[in-house]
Amino acid sequence: MNGEASVIAKEADVNRRPKRGWQSEAKKNLIGYSFISPWLIGFLAFTIGPMIASLYLSFTNYDLLSPAQWVGLENYIRMFSDDPRFWTALKVTFIFVFVSVPLKLAFALFIAVLFNSRHRGVGFYRTVYYIPSIIGGSVAVAVMWKQLFGLKGAVNGILAYFGIQGTNWIAHPDTALPSLILLVVWQFGSPMLIFLAGLKQIPGELYEAAAVDGANRFSRFVKITLPMLTPVIFFNLVMQMIGGFMTFTQSFLITAGGPLDRTLFYAVYLYEKAFANFQMGYASAMAWILLVIVSFFTALIFKSSSAWVYYESEGGK
Amino acid sequence: MNSAARSISFHFFVAVFGLFMLYPILWTIASSLKPESEIFLNAASLIPSSLEWNNYAKGWQGFGTIGFNVFFRNSAIITTTVVVGTLFSTSLVAFGFARLTFRFRSALFACLLVTIMLPAQVTLIPQYILFQKIGWVNTWNPLTIPAFIGGSPFFIFLMIQFIRGIPRELDEAAVIDGCSTFGIFWRVVLPLCTPALITVAIFSFYWTWDDFMGPLIYLNNVKLQTVSLGLRMFADPSSVTAWGPMFAMSVLSLLPQFIVFLFFQKYLVEGIATTGIKG
Repeated sequence: MNGEASVIAKEADVNRRPKRGWQSEAKKNLIGYSFISPWLIGFLAFTIGPMIASLYLSFTNYDLLSPAQWVGLENYIRMFSDDPRFWTALKVTFIFVFVSVPLKLAFALFIAVLFNSRHRGVGFYRTVYYIPSIIGGSVAVAVMWKQLFGLKGAVNGILAYFGIQGTNWIAHPDTALPSLILLVVWQFGSPMLIFLAGLKQIPGELYEAAAVDGANRFSRFVKITLPMLTPVIFFNLVMQMIGGFMTFTQSFLITAGGPLDRTLFYAVYLYEKAFANFQMGYASAMAWILLVIVSFFTALIFKSSSAWVYYESEGGK
Repeated sequence: MNSAARSISFHFFVAVFGLFMLYPILWTIASSLKPESEIFLNAASLIPSSLEWNNYAKGWQGFGTIGFNVFFRNSAIITTTVVVGTLFSTSLVAFGFARLTFRFRSALFACLLVTIMLPAQVTLIPQYILFQKIGWVNTWNPLTIPAFIGGSPFFIFLMIQFIRGIPRELDEAAVIDGCSTFGIFWRVVLPLCTPALITVAIFSFYWTWDDFMGPLIYLNNVKLQTVSLGLRMFADPSSVTAWGPMFAMSVLSLLPQFIVFLFFQKYLVEGIATTGIKG
């Protein structure tokens, strides 16, 4: 469409608009709000409303049956000073997040760099490597993992070929959490695809110039690929971290928080408090602490990003 | 290293590692076809001594009077409803944010972005209490209705980004032709959004089909439960007597996801690459 037509369009626009400004303003608002109303209603009813309710509940004792009782800060005090399982859950979740997220991203980046080549069949391999990620969250995969790493499971079957006597990986206190971490790292497909898309954006001239300067593969990776990918790394880091703190299904189904609370994820403990013990007030307080923790780390990553995330154009993005 | 040697080592490494990646899935499929006595006897093997299709028939029977046909039907109804609801609300809202001007638009847009990062746990309990008070526990409403009002903010964000890429001249031309705002949305923008709509539909299908916590909290009545919950019953240590049928139903539950993946792979990969959606 050329400029002339858009001038005409503007004129037509001006001609048709009512003369009084506030009326057209009100009409615009009305139309705008009708379009976003599905989200706005949901946002008020299912997000903001519940958040306020959750904050209120965190200062009460509430078991769904009798009315909520105001107890002030008691839930929070009890959590921090008189609930060792809360600290266990925090510790387990922190280990899980800070081991699984870097591992997952490292794998995703490594494979993405490998796939960012002109070898034949890369498209097929990419599909194969992505398959675990599509089905990763399902109950079927949790069920499968539990049997795979069980005493008589396939993992021990393979180890037996090498004469190694395996254990029940899921039920042993030292190996239960690593088994779950492995399950999550196995699903590195989504960050891999995001990295691949990022790699394709890096201009080839940069590498050519570096090759002329005699830079080897490693220094090209460190000096060009990594800095150019930092925005993508940043994005992946934030999303994976938030997801990590909320992990529920795997622990709930595979280990049920055990053995000896070694895989008691925060979300699992919260579920137990809310829907097994019906301590809705206490669970709400836990949810708010989770929100504070997640916000803290998100803010930390955002704040630190100016030091390590490289944006090609100032003011871009 | 010359290029042939490099190519061979690439294919060797990628193929071996790929096999390693797929092994758990292949093992599940193999186990679903093994005779009961063989599953844990020669566990690492991927080749059943005889094909035991009977596992599928037995698994399909389910528990007592409730067969897996009920779970699959329930999952299908819930998932379809959620996909339709998500497409409806996501496209309307995204058009509003991307193309229209109204008061507090930027503030509301900021709210939308923040909710993408909000842990679900914060709203979980009051939502449960709310749904319980209005009698929605043991119905599908808590799982389906939210899709029609808002759905996932992530999808809305994805659509907004996509609509922003559509040239505004098209809207202006439609205005000249006397198109209303809704007309622009319905006849101009929406048809051009097809690729983004497909991406949203696929992901909302995946997430709903896989969803475990939602059905776990809201559906106690076995007749209303989904495939996820049915499988969990199978996996319950106190009730497991038949491993073969359990693996058979696990494989069946993954089948719809595989089929969608095969047919819509292109949209999936593009959707993830361009928006950074979490699969």
